[in-house]
Amino acid sequence: MQKYILSVTVQNNAGVLARVSSLFGRRGYNIDSLTVSATTDPKISRMSIIVQGDEPILEQVIKQMLKLEEVMRVDHLEEEDSCCSELVFVKLRAETGATRDSIRQLCTLYDAHIIESTDDALIAELSDVPSRIDAFLDVISNFEVIEMSRSGVTAIRK
Amino acid sequence: MVKNGSEILVEVLVEQGVDTIFGYPGGAVLNIYDALYKNSDRIHHILTCHEQGAAHAADGFARATGKVGVCLATSGPGATNLVTGIATAYMDSIPMVAITGNVGTSLIGRDSFQEVYIAGITMPITKHNFVVRHVEELADTLRSAFRIAMSGRPGPVLVDIPKDVTSAECEFIPAEPVEVHENYDITKEQLETIADMIAQAERPVIYYGGGVETADAGDALLELMRKADIPSAHTMMAIGCIPDSDPLSLGMIGMHGTVSAAWAVERSDLLICIGARFSDRVATNPRRFAPKARIIHIDIDDAEINKNIGVDYAVVSDAENFLQKLLPYVQPADHGQWRAQIEEWRRTLDYIPKDDDSVLKPHQVIKTVAEMAGENAIIATDVGQHQMWAAQYCGCNKIHQFITSGGLGTMGFGYGAAMGAQFAHPEKTVLHITSDGSFHMNMNELATAVSYNLPIITILMNNQVLGMVYQWQTLFYERRYSQTQPERKTDYVKLAEAFGGRGFRVTNLAELRAAMKDALQRTGPVVIDCRIDRAERVLPMIPAGGTVDDIVAD
Repeated sequence: MQKYILSVTVQNNAGVLARVSSLFGRRGYNIDSLTVSATTDPKISRMSIIVQGDEPILEQVIKQMLKLEEVMRVDHLEEEDSCCSELVFVKLRAETGATRDSIRQLCTLYDAHIIESTDDALIAELSDVPSRIDAFLDVISNFEVIEMSRSGVTAIRK
Repeated sequence: MVKNGSEILVEVLVEQGVDTIFGYPGGAVLNIYDALYKNSDRIHHILTCHEQGAAHAADGFARATGKVGVCLATSGPGATNLVTGIATAYMDSIPMVAITGNVGTSLIGRDSFQEVYIAGITMPITKHNFVVRHVEELADTLRSAFRIAMSGRPGPVLVDIPKDVTSAECEFIPAEPVEVHENYDITKEQLETIADMIAQAERPVIYYGGGVETADAGDALLELMRKADIPSAHTMMAIGCIPDSDPLSLGMIGMHGTVSAAWAVERSDLLICIGARFSDRVATNPRRFAPKARIIHIDIDDAEINKNIGVDYAVVSDAENFLQKLLPYVQPADHGQWRAQIEEWRRTLDYIPKDDDSVLKPHQVIKTVAEMAGENAIIATDVGQHQMWAAQYCGCNKIHQFITSGGLGTMGFGYGAAMGAQFAHPEKTVLHITSDGSFHMNMNELATAVSYNLPIITILMNNQVLGMVYQWQTLFYERRYSQTQPERKTDYVKLAEAFGGRGFRVTNLAELRAAMKDALQRTGPVVIDCRIDRAERVLPMIPAGGTVDDIVAD
């Protein structure tokens, strides 16, 4: 299974997200993440979708999306010629000074920031490519993760 | 000129050339029905018994004419009752505009009386749908609906109109009917490549589907077949494009297609698929379909290319445009040896049912009624064994003549579809071929046919069982007939009479002929209850997932 990044421009209508997600659900395509946001043109929104599959599935995903009336354009972005990034927040249990120090050290290693600190917990923030986020989450899970929230990938062609 | 939403709806329908719509009134569409009342001289509204019947009738109207069919229903249950009909049209790429009323915009989202989110419900079974929130958008939204329904690969579009929008007023600006002119570019290189692949082939076969009917490309296809000497097989959706009696026609392909067509595809070295989609009822085993052949796929829908089967070469185009452009590039050829081989398969392998005039054999029933109804008759079917028998033996030679639910396989489709066809062609004989199972699903529409004096002749192939499932249980479930022997005691003669029509019960061919002769003289609907043996099976048959090696033919 490969992961593909799709950048999709859609008309900013009520229901367009439902149409796209209904298509994925109906045809059984696997979405890793899907983000939607406004563009500088209020009539147009951009979706960044990470799809899991192989080349034939990717071909189908693109063609089926293009059949939707409100989908204007679908671009398959290669990682090397696009910028893509994801944001994650991790709330970690940190009651002792030793734990807090270890977490801080690990965060420094991954360029993550501690953005909140309470008596018993820290919240770390990291913005990076998905693979680095996966790696960070992998090591940080050695500590007790209370909650975690990922934004999903957003991407743009270079 | 200032008009309210309901008047605008009527104006746009008239402007788009619509003269007949099928529907059922209700609270949310009271304003629309008031406008229809005032415009009854411009739009003929057909009141069905159930919204599902209206949707199938609009579908049947579209299939019988090639035009957009229109149905209308109220909010909530009215709208949900359309759903099966919309899905049926979607699966067979039939142009349809479904209009639903909804509760007023201030009540939307509050679980109001008779409120459903029909746009959400129909998202996966429409090409597109709209919720009209402002009367100013209504006219152009409706025009878009017609454009989308007709363009590219046709299909249904739903327009949901809240009640307050049907009464709100705005300036209405008339427009011309939507016309769809599409040009699918095909390069010289593509045409040369295909012509070259054809020239190299020794055992070419064409397999074509509903796209040839939609594009009315039967003549061009026959020209290609004759010029390059290529035999062709058709799907159930393409019955009538080319007469089955043509020497180059292999008949129907697929689960219940001819054995010779299955073998021709199996042994072909080039398979050209035109306007079809390698569905699981044709490519029963997609990994072993046309295993020795290079495959060329022509379809109007790019997403069909490589969807069910990986192909070697593809062109996105409507069938007529493609064939007209390809023809000058194709060299005349003679595949005499290949034709001789196919002829041998035909002679030795094709299934030939045995006649027996003393009872009713399914193939004889279909042949008899189709012949008596005449070459211009329209045949609408329900779904199941009778549908396959009709497809195999109807002998239709024209497009828009054989009307059937192929993709969705909707039992209960037939009567509504037959009504739609009869309204489209009042002068033609319309046969509704059904069975006791399918007929029970939507027989209420017999009342509609009585109200409108539709001389639809229902040929009810009554074997007392749910035949197709029964057949599968016979073959694959060791005769465990789970829920397929309903033991109904319906008296179809009395039933037809109770509705105000005429009924006959027949048990042999002579009785059938006499009943048909009578039915053809009548001005209202007739039901002919034809008693068939429950052991009758649809043959030949390639089981699901099977290949030519698994054909059941006795």
